[in-house]
Amino acid sequence: MEPLKPVSAPLRAALGLGFFLLFLGLWGLVTYGGYVQPLFLASPGQALAAGWTLFTEYNFAGDIGMTVWRVVGGFLLAALLAVPLGLLMGAYKPVEAFFEPFISFARYLPASAFIPLLILWAGVGEAQKLSVIFLGSVFQIVIMVAVIAGGTRRDLVEAAYTLGTKGSGILRRVIIPAAAPQVMEALRLVLGWAWTYVIVAELIGAQSGIGHMIMDSQRLLDTGQMIFGIVVIGLIGLVTDFLFKALNRRLFRWAAL
Amino acid sequence: MALSVRGLTRTFPGQGGNAPTLALQPTDLDVAPGEFVSILGPSGCGKSTLLRIVAGLDRPTGGSVTLNGRRVSGPGPDRGMVFQSYTLFPWLTVEQNIRFGLRERKLPEAEMRETAARFIARTGLRGFENHWPRQLSGGMQQRTALARALANDPEILLLDEPFGALDHQTRELMQELLLEVWGSDRPEARKTVLFVTHDIDEAIFLANRVLVMSARPGRVKAEVAVPLPYPRDWTVKTAPEFGALKARLMGEIREEVRKAALG
Repeated sequence: MEPLKPVSAPLRAALGLGFFLLFLGLWGLVTYGGYVQPLFLASPGQALAAGWTLFTEYNFAGDIGMTVWRVVGGFLLAALLAVPLGLLMGAYKPVEAFFEPFISFARYLPASAFIPLLILWAGVGEAQKLSVIFLGSVFQIVIMVAVIAGGTRRDLVEAAYTLGTKGSGILRRVIIPAAAPQVMEALRLVLGWAWTYVIVAELIGAQSGIGHMIMDSQRLLDTGQMIFGIVVIGLIGLVTDFLFKALNRRLFRWAAL
Repeated sequence: MALSVRGLTRTFPGQGGNAPTLALQPTDLDVAPGEFVSILGPSGCGKSTLLRIVAGLDRPTGGSVTLNGRRVSGPGPDRGMVFQSYTLFPWLTVEQNIRFGLRERKLPEAEMRETAARFIARTGLRGFENHWPRQLSGGMQQRTALARALANDPEILLLDEPFGALDHQTRELMQELLLEVWGSDRPEARKTVLFVTHDIDEAIFLANRVLVMSARPGRVKAEVAVPLPYPRDWTVKTAPEFGALKARLMGEIREEVRKAALG
C-alpha cells in the first residue's frame, strides 16, 4: 500500500463488499456458534425470517411508507425554509448578524429533547413527528448553507459586477449557482441525520412506523424483528444517499468533471 | 481624454493596531480614446489597487476617476475587466460565459448569439463553445475571459496581469492575440486599454505608452512612449529600439524593486 494512491474500481467494490461479508460472517459465527443467547441477538437467518413475517403478516411496508413520508416531509419543510434563509444570510451580512447567533444556539438544542414538549403542543399525530424532523434539520441546514453561500469566490462576484450585474442579480446569477452543488451535498448529509430523528420520534407515542415496530418488538423480545428494522433503515439510507449523489452528478456536471 | 484620473489616493486602514498603509500617493493619469497604456511596477506597488479603483471595485480615499466625462462611483459594464485569477463562471459553458453581460442587458436572443459567435471566432475559441471552464487550459480560459469582457462592448478594457498565471510561450501567443482583438491593424476600431503588468517585455510589446510606478506607496514615477508601429508581432521583441526601451525601463524599475524588497 502506498499513501494516497488510488484504487481501481473493481478492487474498490470488492473491498467494500468484503467488509459486509466479514460483518455477516462474524454475526453468523457468534449466533449460530451459540456464543450468544438468541434472546439477546437473533441470527441472520432469524432476522430474515422475522422480516418475512413482518411484511406478510404485520404490513411492515406500511410502516416503512409512514416513516419515509415523515422523514421526507419534515426534511422538505425544513429545507424549504432553511435554504433560502441560509442563502440570504450568506449573501447579506446584516441578515447573518441578525439570525446567526440565535441559530448557532438553537442548533445545539437536541431535537429529541423537544419530543415531550411537542407532544404537549401538537399531540401524538403526524404534526408532532414532522416537527421533530423539522427542528432537527432546519438549523443545521441554515448554518451550513450560510457558510457555503458566504464562501462564494469574491473574484467571481467582482467579475459579475464588471459585466453589469447589480444588486440581487449577484445573488441570483453568481451566489446561488456557485453554491448549489455544495448546498445539495449539505442536504444529503442532513437527510442522513433526519433518519436518526425520525426513529427517536417514533419510539415515543407513535402507532406506526419503523421506530414503532422496533419498540413493539422489544416488548415481545423479538430481536430478529428489531435487527431487521434497523437493517431496513440502513438500507433505505444507503439507497437515498445513492440517489442523491446520482442526482447531484446529473445536475452539476460542471462541478464534477 | 477617455479616462482621467486626478489626485487619486488610497490608504488601507491599519489592522489590529497597526498603522494605516498608504498604497497609492496622489496619482494623475490620462488615457486617450483608443490608446493602449501599460502600467508597469514591482509587486505590491499599488498598480492593481489603481486598476481596481478605476473598475469601481475599490474606493479611493481621495481624488476622482472620470470616464468619458462621467464620474466613476462603482463598478459597471462600461469598464470591462480581465483578472489575473481565472474568473470564468464554472457552471456556465464558454458561450454562456461570453453571453453573461449580454443577458444582463436583456438583448434579443439573435443578437446575443451573433455577438457571442463573433467574439468566439475572434479569440480562437471555435469548437469550444460548449466546454466547461474546467475542461480548458489556462490560456483558453483567459481567451474566454477576454471575449466575455469584449462582447459587452465596454468603453475601456481593464486588464490586471491577465496572463500572469500562464506559461511563457502561451503568454506570448496571448499578447499577440490581445493586440489583434484590440485592433492593431484598424486604428479606428481600437478599444481604450489600461494594462497592468510587472513584465517589462509585455508592457513594451503591447502599449503605446508605459507608465512606471514606484514601490509602495505607489505613484507614477516615469512615462515612456513606445514609438514602435502597429501591427506588431513577436519579431519586434528583438528589434534594437525594443532593446533600448527595455534597458531604460529596467533602469527605472530595478531601483523600485530593490526598494520594495528592502521594505
